Amino acid sequence: MQGNEACVEAALAAGLGFYAGYPITPSTEIAELLAERLPRAGGVFIQMEDEIASMAAVIGASLAGARAMTATSGPGFSLKQENIGYAAITETPCVVVNVQRVGPSTGLPTSPAQGDVMQARWGTHGDHPIVALTPASVLETYVLTMKAFAIADALRVPVILLTDEITGHMRERVVLPEPEPLPRPGRSRDGGRGNGQTYDVPPMRHFGEGRRLLVTGLYHDESGFWTESPEAADRMIRRLVNKVERRKAELTLVDRWYLDDARVAVVAYGCVSRSALRAVRQARSRGHRVGLLRPACLWPFPDHEIEAIAGTVEAIVVPEMNLGQIAGEVERAAAGRCRVIRYNRVDSELIRPDELLPVLEGA
Amino acid sequence: MQVTDWLRTDHLPHIWCTGCGHGTVLGALIRAMEKAGVDRDRTVAVSGIGCSSRAVGYLDMDTLHTTHGRALAFATGIKLARPDLKVIVLAGDGDLAAIGGNHLIHAARRNLGITTICLNNGIYGMTSGQLSPLTPGGYRTTTSPHGHLERDFDLCRLVQAAGATYVARSTSYHVQQTILLLSRALAHDGFAFVEVFSQCPTYFGRRNRMGDPVAMLEWLRDSTVPAGQAARMTPEELRGRWIIGELHRATDVPEYSRSYRRLIDRLRGADGGPDAPGAVEGTPLPEQHPDVEAARAD
Repeated sequence: MQGNEACVEAALAAGLGFYAGYPITPSTEIAELLAERLPRAGGVFIQMEDEIASMAAVIGASLAGARAMTATSGPGFSLKQENIGYAAITETPCVVVNVQRVGPSTGLPTSPAQGDVMQARWGTHGDHPIVALTPASVLETYVLTMKAFAIADALRVPVILLTDEITGHMRERVVLPEPEPLPRPGRSRDGGRGNGQTYDVPPMRHFGEGRRLLVTGLYHDESGFWTESPEAADRMIRRLVNKVERRKAELTLVDRWYLDDARVAVVAYGCVSRSALRAVRQARSRGHRVGLLRPACLWPFPDHEIEAIAGTVEAIVVPEMNLGQIAGEVERAAAGRCRVIRYNRVDSELIRPDELLPVLEGA
Repeated sequence: MQVTDWLRTDHLPHIWCTGCGHGTVLGALIRAMEKAGVDRDRTVAVSGIGCSSRAVGYLDMDTLHTTHGRALAFATGIKLARPDLKVIVLAGDGDLAAIGGNHLIHAARRNLGITTICLNNGIYGMTSGQLSPLTPGGYRTTTSPHGHLERDFDLCRLVQAAGATYVARSTSYHVQQTILLLSRALAHDGFAFVEVFSQCPTYFGRRNRMGDPVAMLEWLRDSTVPAGQAARMTPEELRGRWIIGELHRATDVPEYSRSYRRLIDRLRGADGGPDAPGAVEGTPLPEQHPDVEAARAD
């Protein structure tokens, strides 16, 4: 099956209750398949009037108790940003799939890119928490979609599944894991509104439970009511950001290949990491001590993993299908302890192993 | 019944200006909910951004204060996830007629069971007095300082044309009528839309030298005509006046969230229920899945 299909399988296995979307290539298969299958599973699919409305409806459904997601691509991801920020400040769990294509604007429809990495982190205005996972295979699209729902619920954050046209449309033979029920944490029935208790991640409440909630995109205090108090505002936004940042270690997902004796490390993610692994193996077979670090969770960024290798290698090569969005993060984390070499393509073509090989050998 | 029974009194006083009509409309909504027998613990009030949208902060029930213009889109998710809940949208004219206009016509088209109330003061109050698509022709705002040249929407006709199955209009002067129309809208099974003209003395009134809030209420009274009376008037007599009352009602259009539930029931029944193949677990994908290569397009 293809990556977009694996995403659908995982969402259904996770107990998806609501999907709202808008047609956009290369993510449309996700909507089409869920239109067919979600009502059969008892959930609701709706094609909304636009991308903005899709994101809003997903948040509304989540607040009403449904596990909810949407899927989109470049231009649609841009349009969803304001309401992604709303999900972040209101701590509404939801999953947003972005099958990346070449941008900006309509760009090169609909060829692959990794140009939305920074938009996934900083696309909405203001400081905010976000988690972004990036799969490199069809099977991993399944696994990370499941994980996205689990993280969204556990931390009450929007989770971005940052896939790309290659991973979304690539077909691979996969054996899906046995579906396991995904429990919904944080839904204890104790406590009430405004009980003065402070939480790291507050228990999730839903509409229709008789709690008379106020959910607002304004800065609010622990009771949920809006506030202009600088102290309460500071407390709220730091808690929101820190609930993700302080869990960086447990959110980190990395694969390591041949790093123990590596003189040069490649840091690559998504579709490019597969070319990188092949190039690394070729370089190894030619006697070069080269390794690969592949983060599957880009946000929060695994600084500690970069710091660890920066102290042991002479250079880190960062191949990306953008002009260096993660390379800047790698440079920041490496903090001058090793050279950071960028290798970038933004012409819609996948970075190939054979073009990476000389970069690794010359590093 | 005390109106304050429905309010979060610990968060009063409200933020609205002296003489603003929004409190009157909120009071009418509370009385209408009481009149219609609304179970407030099975009701969600949703709003967007603007003066009127702050109303949900004061209502002691489930409330959602969303982004600018998107209240109906959020409400769509709530209603489809929980069709058993009553969903009310409170929004201003900027929210519904400008930035959220697309959501308004599509919610009406679907006949989704949401009671939508437009608190129309003809101006952007929260941002201190800019032009709205519902600012009446010729009036001055901070962004139409010379009097504006655009035409304003007749929002009731717009939503009726889009498919709303209950449409009514009232004003903050006509309080009893507003209560009655809102209670009917709340009892309606489908997309119900009530536009309520409300006065903004601070920005609309002052800039247009309309006098105090009472003078503005008299202006609302004098520029409106009850629907029954309007039927006997000539187009010349009706020029510049707004028709108030119940404007449209249809009962033969299915409400969308229940239609969708019926679809689910039909599909699950046909498949033998939730344990049937293809319902939840990872089973083979449908044959009609379009070829990916053929689908490469914008």
